[in-house]
Amino acid sequence: MWTWFYRLGSPKWFYDISGRWLPWIACVASILLLTGTVWGLAFAPQDYQQGNSFRIMYIHVPSAFLAQSCYFVMAICGGIGLVWKMKLSDIVAKSCAPIGASFTLLALVTGAIWGKPTWNTWWVWDARLTSMLVLLFLYLGVIALQSAIVDRNQAAKASAVLTLVGLVNIPIIKYSVEWWNTLHQPASFSLISRPAMPMEMWMPLLIMVIGFYCFFAAVLIMRTRVEILEREWRTDWVRSLVKNR
Amino acid sequence: MTNFLLQGNNLYCERDRRILFENLDVSVSAGEVLQIEGPNGSGKTTLLRILTGLSDAYEGELLWRGKSVRKVREHYYQEMQYLGHAPGIKQALTAAENLRWYSVIHGSNSVAANDEKGNKRIADVLAKVGLQGYEDVPCHTLSAGQQRRVNLARLYLSSATIWLLDEPFTAIDKSGIRSIEKLINEHINEGGAVVIATHQDLESVPNLRRVTLSGVPGDR
Amino acid sequence: MTGKHVTFSGLFLAMLKRDMVIAFRHPSDLANPLIFFLVVVSLFPMAITPDPEYLAEIAPGVLWVASLLATLLSLDLIFQSDYQDGTLEQLLLSPQPIYTSVLAKVFSHWLLSGLPLALISPLLAMMLFLPAQAMWTLVLTLLIGTPVMSFIGAVGAALTIGLRKTGLLLSLLVLPLYIPVLIFAASAVHNAALGISVTGHLALLGAMLALSVVLAPLAIAAALRISLGN
Repeated sequence: MWTWFYRLGSPKWFYDISGRWLPWIACVASILLLTGTVWGLAFAPQDYQQGNSFRIMYIHVPSAFLAQSCYFVMAICGGIGLVWKMKLSDIVAKSCAPIGASFTLLALVTGAIWGKPTWNTWWVWDARLTSMLVLLFLYLGVIALQSAIVDRNQAAKASAVLTLVGLVNIPIIKYSVEWWNTLHQPASFSLISRPAMPMEMWMPLLIMVIGFYCFFAAVLIMRTRVEILEREWRTDWVRSLVKNR
Repeated sequence: MTNFLLQGNNLYCERDRRILFENLDVSVSAGEVLQIEGPNGSGKTTLLRILTGLSDAYEGELLWRGKSVRKVREHYYQEMQYLGHAPGIKQALTAAENLRWYSVIHGSNSVAANDEKGNKRIADVLAKVGLQGYEDVPCHTLSAGQQRRVNLARLYLSSATIWLLDEPFTAIDKSGIRSIEKLINEHINEGGAVVIATHQDLESVPNLRRVTLSGVPGDR
Repeated sequence: MTGKHVTFSGLFLAMLKRDMVIAFRHPSDLANPLIFFLVVVSLFPMAITPDPEYLAEIAPGVLWVASLLATLLSLDLIFQSDYQDGTLEQLLLSPQPIYTSVLAKVFSHWLLSGLPLALISPLLAMMLFLPAQAMWTLVLTLLIGTPVMSFIGAVGAALTIGLRKTGLLLSLLVLPLYIPVLIFAASAVHNAALGISVTGHLALLGAMLALSVVLAPLAIAAALRISLGN
């Protein structure tokens, strides 16, 4: 068990194994995303209330999922890096931040676009959108801290602490925003909590969500591999890898 | 059987993609002084900060009495006194207040109390570093050298086994340097150990070992 | 091994006394957060409207945002000077529990920033025509809420210590984490103005304070070790 753990911590091992997995994951991701998009946009039935505009849900919902999952991945990796001083974990945490921020931004933008036909305005202080906005702030804080600290190790540890503090705060923020929202907008119409979505609408959404997760995994692996090469510049294996290119 | 107090094995440190040192072994045992030499920018301060356990930016093994410093940090700090690059003195406080605060955080209550005994002890110690009568003067009115001396006065109050001193002679005059050398000699005679980063030749100190950092920009 | 432990209260009081003595030897610095609070609050009537009814409506939010900003701007007082003169690293290298020292430092920051803000807030509340029945709630939320902000802010201050452009970066890190306090505190004052019970809000704020007393010093201590460990 422990040898496995330490092997996982070795950047070289990860670099080798992820190089073999990456094409498969990327392949699965593109198939799922393609299927989900075509199904969702062209074949899923129209919504009886929102017409065709609801179809942006097929991007909005998965990116909102990913925005949150990515923060968890970042926090868990940061925590492992802090406690067990595992290099790879630091690297993964660092690679997560911009990806997560992008998904959050995507969720916000698609939410705004969806809001236009639904509420006839680009922005509503809806509980979900507001907590998504705060999540974006948290991501931006982590990224800003990472880029402000020159030393890589210090940057990784400092942003891990910040991410963990943020993680403790996320449920509190979510709760407070929801509570604040019901206080000020009791009759707010929520975008996706709707009675029993029909199966034909559900399936493409599910495929899109899984596709987004695979896409996330692929991008994360790619970023991590680049970061590994940068950090391990002085090791023999990176040098020989570069020479053999 | 080695009985090193502090031991660093195979230390490696890189700063901004420049290798400061690698495969570096340093050790100091009781009754010994280890002098760290090297040109500016060769990593003397970095090495000392690593030896204090303050800096984590190294690879290799750092042992206090044979156990990893990362694991026995608290025991180590009970026996370690570090005088850093910074003055370590609060400008707004008086010399006596500064020394009192240090005695609290180092857990030696000898001068912590503001009573006659404590005051006398502080006055004695300040006299030893050439600052008699300066007990109640705010430190911002003192010169750089005098502030250094207030910081050095901590060594007279210290009951630590090992002292790590980063350029302690900066802004100190000749007579001051001699009295510190004398203090170091007394300390190692009592079984203490000293790691000191300085360019000064420590002529009067017996049991002196040197480690020299090359400062050559290292890229393999 | 020689026992070199000072009691919790001995260490706490020594730290507190030191910070207080230092602060009161530069009394002009003490007034700055208060003056800032005063200036920011008086900007709102000028920017929006002097109409008492409207001001009374927005007073809870304005007062809380202003005190949040005043706390934020005073955060670099916590560690910056100790970092520069090297006493912070001495603190980390002492055999005493860092938890206690950090607790004392945050507490003294609150005594010098949050507490005075809470005490002069009724004056500013009057200027914004906050209904009299909400006055006590305002003071109470500030008394409970500002220490939470000191604790969270100290984490950010510890993380950014020694960096060059700390001011904006620190606000970026800390402000999102202040949102729950802001929401509950401001709406407590709002409810009090409407004559609605605010016990629930105060209980939640109290829970946040308890949580930050327990957890924040751990994060602050870790952050300090990281920032100084370079």
